[in-house]
Amino acid sequence: MDVLLILIDWFPYLLSGVAATLGLVLSGLVLGLLLGLPMALGQVYGSRPVRWVVGVYVWFFRGLPILVLLFLFWFGIFPGLGLGNLSAFVVGAVVLGLRGAAYQSQIFRGAIQSVGEGQMIAARSLGMSRLTAIRSVILPQAMRIALPGWSNEYPNILTDSAVCYAIGVVELLTITSRIVTQTHITMPIYFAAAGIFIILNYGGLKVLHRLEKRIAIPGFGTGAM
Amino acid sequence: MNNNDIVLRVEDVHKSFGDNEVLRGVSFDVRRGETKVFIGPSGTGKSTLLRCINQLTPPDRGRVWLDGEEVTNSGARINYFRQKIGMVFQNFFLFDHLTALKNVELALLRVRGMGRAEAHEKALTELRQVGIEDWADHYPAELSGGQAQRVSIARALAMDPDVILFDEPTSALDPELTREVLEVMKRLAQQGMTMLVVTHEMGFACSVANEILFMEHGLVAEQGSPDLLLHDPRFTRMKDFIGRIDSRMED
Repeated sequence: MDVLLILIDWFPYLLSGVAATLGLVLSGLVLGLLLGLPMALGQVYGSRPVRWVVGVYVWFFRGLPILVLLFLFWFGIFPGLGLGNLSAFVVGAVVLGLRGAAYQSQIFRGAIQSVGEGQMIAARSLGMSRLTAIRSVILPQAMRIALPGWSNEYPNILTDSAVCYAIGVVELLTITSRIVTQTHITMPIYFAAAGIFIILNYGGLKVLHRLEKRIAIPGFGTGAM
Repeated sequence: MNNNDIVLRVEDVHKSFGDNEVLRGVSFDVRRGETKVFIGPSGTGKSTLLRCINQLTPPDRGRVWLDGEEVTNSGARINYFRQKIGMVFQNFFLFDHLTALKNVELALLRVRGMGRAEAHEKALTELRQVGIEDWADHYPAELSGGQAQRVSIARALAMDPDVILFDEPTSALDPELTREVLEVMKRLAQQGMTMLVVTHEMGFACSVANEILFMEHGLVAEQGSPDLLLHDPRFTRMKDFIGRIDSRMED
């Protein structure tokens, strides 16, 4: 079983790609959250110009293939901004985050808009400012409503992260193809990489699902009435 | 305490939604400790009137005064006035993500800036006041309509308001639950809470109201004590309205 021995030999190296992949995914998710949530608030509560800017942003980042975005930023936009010496990893993470923000903003927008208008009315009638009402009443509910849909972002961004291979980020797929080149063994190596992606996917979704259960509130947002 | 002390003054309030003129100049004074009940056909602006008082729906014209201070055009100070003008809604509007206790606590913490312990104590006291302290740790979805409405009354009471506006507080409840909510409101009235109540409960109106305002087409058509409006032959419009409701119920 030569192949199996070779696989075992190279497996630690293969795993070293996991760190970079998870790094891309987590920074992409976090950046997407930090940008997406304010964008959603802007789209729901903002003035016309704010809504317009968010709308254009979402239209742009959802309208282009991820590979096109990566090339645009890697070859054009970042160097054009004098940021040509950013590492491929940083550029990959930022592009995944900027793109994720567009998608996340729409998940949060839907969730915010699905909180009953009576919640805001009741909060204001008690003397809360709009900001306090949003923070203490609307968002705690909207975030719970958003979480199941938001969980989709994890497998999306995990699978998208492999495309960062194209700009030279040394992540799981890059390492996989390097091993393939070195060993001339193709399918078993790709199967091993696929297995790792599947496991990462499963593990992450499990965590999110557990979070969903943990923050669940009796009779709220379960749809089970 | 001076019983003739006017706590709320509503002056010539107008409100239109598009071409629909909902309020066409409503004025009245509310004395401290008084209960005023608003009766009238649907769509005559009773709920809009309440919302114009705390500016949830700013009126197009007219003024509202609380304790001698103008509530209309008060800018950011409106959040102060709204603490002093409690509101109870037909559909309760409890905060769905918070327990009964936390529903009452929230504005104490976030608006009045109370400490945790003090807010907790105060919220429990208010829940006790409406007889629902045993349900303090339950979420809105776990409460009956009557219980939910009592929690929302406790939530309004917690701000120590000068006046509470009740917008059809029992219209979403069956007769049994209606009774438990009206009991609480009756007790509040007896304890001297100033209340404006929009309702279709004539029994409550007649037994609790100091004054009934019968509204029609965006105006106060008749105004007086329950006894006066029901028995004085000069007043006919509210009696006609009640007659129409009764005959409909007999059908």
